[in-house]
Amino acid sequence: MKRLLFAALLAVQSLLHAAPLGLKAGVFEPARMAPDFAVRGSDGKELKLSAFRGKLVVLEFGYTSCVDVCPVSLAMLAQARKQLGALASQVQVIYVTVDPERDTPERMRKYLGAFDPAILGGTGTPEQMAKVRKDYGISATKKMIDGSKTEYVVGHSSFLYFIDREGKLRALLPYGRTADDVAHDAAILLKN
Amino acid sequence: MTQSRRFFRPFALALATLLLAVAALLAWAALAPVALDSRDELFEIPKGTWARRMAGDKIEILPSKVQLTLGANDVLLLRNLDDVPQIFGPVLIMPGQSFRLPFETVSENQFDCTAHASGQMSVSVQAMPAPGLARLQWRARRLVQHSFLSGYLWKN
Repeated sequence: MKRLLFAALLAVQSLLHAAPLGLKAGVFEPARMAPDFAVRGSDGKELKLSAFRGKLVVLEFGYTSCVDVCPVSLAMLAQARKQLGALASQVQVIYVTVDPERDTPERMRKYLGAFDPAILGGTGTPEQMAKVRKDYGISATKKMIDGSKTEYVVGHSSFLYFIDREGKLRALLPYGRTADDVAHDAAILLKN
Repeated sequence: MTQSRRFFRPFALALATLLLAVAALLAWAALAPVALDSRDELFEIPKGTWARRMAGDKIEILPSKVQLTLGANDVLLLRNLDDVPQIFGPVLIMPGQSFRLPFETVSENQFDCTAHASGQMSVSVQAMPAPGLARLQWRARRLVQHSFLSGYLWKN
């Protein structure tokens, strides 16, 4: 009888776990551990993803010279953090560069500070950053600006990655969604 | 004359029944509310896809343009049944893993996609078709998309 009860409890638990959370973002099933990385943080210290266990990490890929996607996305993330109120302290936004040649920690700190000083930037050697991009399936393509031999833009993936308190990559939000959507999903993922 | 009438009567009756049935079907397709079993629009990478690609087989898994309808099939469901990770549309999906992306607004979405020669795929989310010709066309298009013709249409 006890065994039956235990089996029933397990079944209910697994059903609850599998139940859709109602996220606005795209959801991975089953969720797997997010690839870990250790790069240089915009605060000058080592930035290791796994060091943020216990917090919800919102990961974005971009570069400080980006003129269209990144400013919009970072302003939206800053707005979402405001909307989260007290919960914001449990959410860490990490902005990983796809342009390590130009994005130094100092440059990233200044750039991100204009949106929200709590956002951490991550940079490293081109090889290090290429490995991070590969692990997350990020595309980044350099294109020279017409008439310039040194200036370029980088076309890059613009999804937001949600990594839960246990370090699992749970969800992905496409570019263009609102701060309401981010705050909504962050609040749910902090509880689940 | 009477004999020939008697001869053709069953055919005329059958034809009339057929026309009536077609008209009823078209009326249903044009007016009945859209109600699908699932809101998921599923695309799967079958097992062995990577091996077939390595062998030079050009396999199209995902159309470069996906059309979804709000309130009907507005969830993109990507599933990797292969043995290796796959960049599937906009995301890296591990073997045995699926990715379920809901859409809540009418929109045109462009995603990077290494699986396509253009490097892009688009997801067009359209409003529920109104009763009438629009709904009839929607059902006809869906019928074609989910038939044997779909593979041919993706590639052409």
